[in-house]
Amino acid sequence: MDPRLNIINKRLENIKRVIAVSGGKGGIGKSQTAAALAQYLSMQNYRVGLLDLDFCGPSSHLILGIDDVFPEEDMGILPPLVGGIHFMSITFFSGGQPAPLRGGEISNAIIEILAITRWGPLDFLIIDMPPGTGDPTLDVIRLMERVEFLLVTTPSRVAQEVMKKELSVLRELHIPVIGVLENMKIKNNSPTEEVLAGLQVPFLGSIDFDEDLEDALGNTDKLLATGFVKQLGQILAHSQMIS
Amino acid sequence: MHEWALAESIIVTIMKEYEKEKLSKVFKVTVKIGELQSIELDIFNFALENMIELYKPPVDLNNICLEIDRCILKCKVCDNHWNYRDTPKKLEEDEKEAIHFIPEVAHTYMRCTQCGSPDFEILQGRGVWIDSIEGEK
Repeated sequence: MDPRLNIINKRLENIKRVIAVSGGKGGIGKSQTAAALAQYLSMQNYRVGLLDLDFCGPSSHLILGIDDVFPEEDMGILPPLVGGIHFMSITFFSGGQPAPLRGGEISNAIIEILAITRWGPLDFLIIDMPPGTGDPTLDVIRLMERVEFLLVTTPSRVAQEVMKKELSVLRELHIPVIGVLENMKIKNNSPTEEVLAGLQVPFLGSIDFDEDLEDALGNTDKLLATGFVKQLGQILAHSQMIS
Repeated sequence: MHEWALAESIIVTIMKEYEKEKLSKVFKVTVKIGELQSIELDIFNFALENMIELYKPPVDLNNICLEIDRCILKCKVCDNHWNYRDTPKKLEEDEKEAIHFIPEVAHTYMRCTQCGSPDFEILQGRGVWIDSIEGEK
C-alpha cells in the first residue's frame, strides 16, 4: 500500500482554501491567472502558496521571475518564500530541463510532491493546473479533499467547448466551482457569459487581451502594473470568491 | 530531511490500518525501500523512531522490517530492461538529489541504456512502499 496517500491531507490541514486554476485548454492564460491571483492575494496580506502542477510545462516560475532558490529540508521540504508567495514546482528538481512523463508517472510525482511538501499555515493555496482533464485534474480531485476550481477560458469557441467539458466533469463529481474567468477578450461581446447563463455557474468577468503582458513576464513589479493584473484585481475585489 | 516526511507517512498508515482492520496487535510491518529514491537508511530509521515516539502507534521499531527493492527500468521503445545501478552514465550529486525528492525526474536525467530514450517505465524499486502489515484481530 502507498503510505503517502495517508499523509497528504495532513500536509494541507492548515490551509484555509485550495483553489485549482484550470480550464482544459492550453494557452488560455491559466498560469498567468494563477500567478497573478497569488500575487494579488499576497498584496492583500493573505498568506499564499502557489503550486505549479504542470509538470510537463512548468511556467509559474518564469512568470514570477523565480530563480536561484531551492526548497529547504526540514522533516520534508519547505517551499521557498519568494515575493510573499510560498512556491513549489517540479522545476526545482528538473532544473529547467524537460520531464517527459507518462500519466501514471505524473500521478506518482503529484502524490510525492503533495506528501513531502510542508506548506505551513496558509489562507490560500493556488494550484496552476496543466491543460486537460486527465490524470492531474483527477488526482487533485481525488487527493485534495477541499479543492475548489476556478476555470479560465477565452472567447474562442474552441476554448469554450473544452471549458464546458471540464465543467461537466467537475459538476458530475460535485466539486465546487468558484466561477469562470474570460481571458484575452478582443471584441465587445462576452460569449462566456452567454454560455454560462444556463449552467448556473458564476461568470467572474472578462480580461482584455493585454499586448504588454509578454514584456512584463519575469518581473513582478511590471506584472502588477499590467492591465491584466489590474483587471483581475478589479474582478476579484467585486467578486464573492475572497472572503 | 525528506526521509522524515516518508517515515511519518508509514507510521500514520500503520495506525489507520490498525483501526480499519480492528487489529489488537501488529506483529510485523514490511516496508520496501526502492533503490531509485536513494533513501538514507540511518536517517529513515531515526525518523521512524522519532515518529513512533510522537504518534505512539501499536508497533515498535523492531517490528518494522525495511527491505531494499532493486530498481528495474523498462524502455517503452525498445523493451530493454536494466537495473538503475547499471546505468553507464554516472549521475551527478545534484541529479541524484533531485531523483531522491521526486523519483520521476529520473526521466530528466536518465536514458535507456540501449536506445537512449527517456520513455521508460519504473517497473519496481521506485520509492517507499508498505508491502504488508501482519497482525491479529
